[in-house]
Amino acid sequence: MPLFEARNIQKRFGARVVLEDVSLSVEQGAVHGIMGPNGAGKTTCFNVLTGHYAPDGGTIRFAGRDIAGMKPHRIARLGVSRSFQIMNLFDDTVVIENVMLALPEFRAMTFSPSRNVFIDRALTDAALEILAQVDLAEKAWDKAASLSYGQRRALEIAVALAARPKIVFLDEPTSGLGAEATRALAQLVRRLRESYTIVMIEHDMRFLFELADRISVIHWGQVIAEDTPTELMANKWVARSALGELA
Amino acid sequence: MISLSDIPARGGSPFTPPMFVFLLALATAPFWLEAVGLYSYLGIEITIWILYAMGFNLLFGYAGLHSFGHGAYLGVGAYAFGLFQNHVGVSLWGGLLAAVLAATIAGAAVALFVAHRRGIYFALLTIAFGQVFWFCAIKLRWLTGGEDGLLGIPRPDLVIGPLRVSLQENTSLHWFSAAILGLAMLGLWRLVNAPFGRVLQAIRQNEMRARFAGYDVWRIKWLVFTLSASVAGLAGGLFAMAQESAYPDVMSLHQSGLIVMMILVGGGLVSFWGPVLGVLVYFIARDIIGGITETWLLWFGLMFVVMVMVRPEGAAGLAHVVRARFARAPVKTPVSAPAERSA
Ligand SMILES: Nc1ncnc2c1ncn2[C@@H]1O[C@H](COP(=O)(O)OP(=O)(O)O)[C@@H](O)[C@H]1O
Ligand SMILES: [Mg+2]
Repeated sequence: MPLFEARNIQKRFGARVVLEDVSLSVEQGAVHGIMGPNGAGKTTCFNVLTGHYAPDGGTIRFAGRDIAGMKPHRIARLGVSRSFQIMNLFDDTVVIENVMLALPEFRAMTFSPSRNVFIDRALTDAALEILAQVDLAEKAWDKAASLSYGQRRALEIAVALAARPKIVFLDEPTSGLGAEATRALAQLVRRLRESYTIVMIEHDMRFLFELADRISVIHWGQVIAEDTPTELMANKWVARSALGELA
Repeated sequence: MISLSDIPARGGSPFTPPMFVFLLALATAPFWLEAVGLYSYLGIEITIWILYAMGFNLLFGYAGLHSFGHGAYLGVGAYAFGLFQNHVGVSLWGGLLAAVLAATIAGAAVALFVAHRRGIYFALLTIAFGQVFWFCAIKLRWLTGGEDGLLGIPRPDLVIGPLRVSLQENTSLHWFSAAILGLAMLGLWRLVNAPFGRVLQAIRQNEMRARFAGYDVWRIKWLVFTLSASVAGLAGGLFAMAQESAYPDVMSLHQSGLIVMMILVGGGLVSFWGPVLGVLVYFIARDIIGGITETWLLWFGLMFVVMVMVRPEGAAGLAHVVRARFARAPVKTPVSAPAERSA
């Protein structure tokens, strides 16, 4: 049984149908890529799968539970976490607090007034360990707003990882990054795939084809193809419509 | 740029030097207020408003939920205290409990309707609800005494076990209020430095991210609104005692705006101590400028405008800059790990 499975997802905004029919199935331990032109509905799809919007139709199952229409914080607590295409951090505070806040053990202390935050070694160590995974441990006590763009993208991922998720949704992690930073990020994802199940929207084809086990191509709110990278390359129709520039 | 989210140097300690200085000043106020040309009632007023402002800043500064109708809960507390004395029995603890309870219930009910909002919609809703309370206070004459309010509210004796202390004198009421404020301040300080305070600030910075990190944002917003209404209610109960009356004016939009102005002038957006400074600046301006000219509120307003233009972080931000100058350090203190700080 797949870890995460969405079937025939539909989403409308008023009269505008953004997701017509999206199905997605992700096995434990896999890296599942999602690609498609701008405005195809990829981000909206993530928003529905992670609870930001309730779907207008279809089913979403995660680890054997029906999560369609659940509130985002409930879905998050089940072990689904995500990063955002447009940076979405806690900007007034330091890097390490961005990560700490996302730790499940920190969340569990929300209503314990006797607990401390920055002098709690268990918490800071856990957060530093997560930051080390994305090479940001050195910047732990810097303001989040002072990081470079590339570092902020890495922090975006670290916050998603801090939840100790069973599955991570990454929305265009390389968006806005240069060639160098993209390579570094590819390294990072290669390391992460050892321990996480990942669903990743990405417009950088080279990046995606190298890292993904399977790829879904979304166009006009529908999955028009779903296959392994090698098979997709061979698929003439896909190659002509979306992958032309890669060949 | 400093912010409330900066790591407090003594985030873990329950009691800090500024707190000691503040509580000392508060406790000794009855001995020196008159010597500096002020009067003892001012000490009570300032104490009560600081309590109100600190509770309010939990919502306004920490959670970033900009309520412009918070006078309602101060008023509800004041009326509840008065009604308890008139209809149930003359009791200090009973009255204060009634004040807190009534304001908590009112706050919790309103929070049900505003907790899913933020920004201008939140602000407008709080104004609307504030007006509803103000209107009720004026119209429900049989309960509230209409525009005149409840008059002749007694100051019940303080009874602790066999001990009985009269609060008729302003000095004794001052000490009692100061003790309540001291306890509330210790509680609030602990709360903002505990995970809860950091989560409030996370919600202020990025509600959506907090939600996707698994926080029940709605419930936390509901809770902080209710909590700050409770503190306002406690302040209201004390205010009824101080004024020996309760009247609709404290619930007006104008009065609710004043507390916001005090928070902004004092720097509640950047410091735990901002509300204290704001209240002090306001009352000192009222009594000193007010002694010179009737148009003192105009001058206070102008001061507010200049403050927002020159130093939007308020008096607390100014204090921060001055401190940094004296230390000959750059104004922008680098945020460092707690371990480095204590070294
Ligand atoms: N909340 C919304 N209300 C109305 N339209 C929306 C909303 N969110 C997304 N859309 C529309 O849905 C379409 C798909 O957007 P999106 O999912 O962001 O595309 P992608 O991520 O594939 O580039 C766009 O045309 C966008 O305007
Ligand atoms: Mg997108």
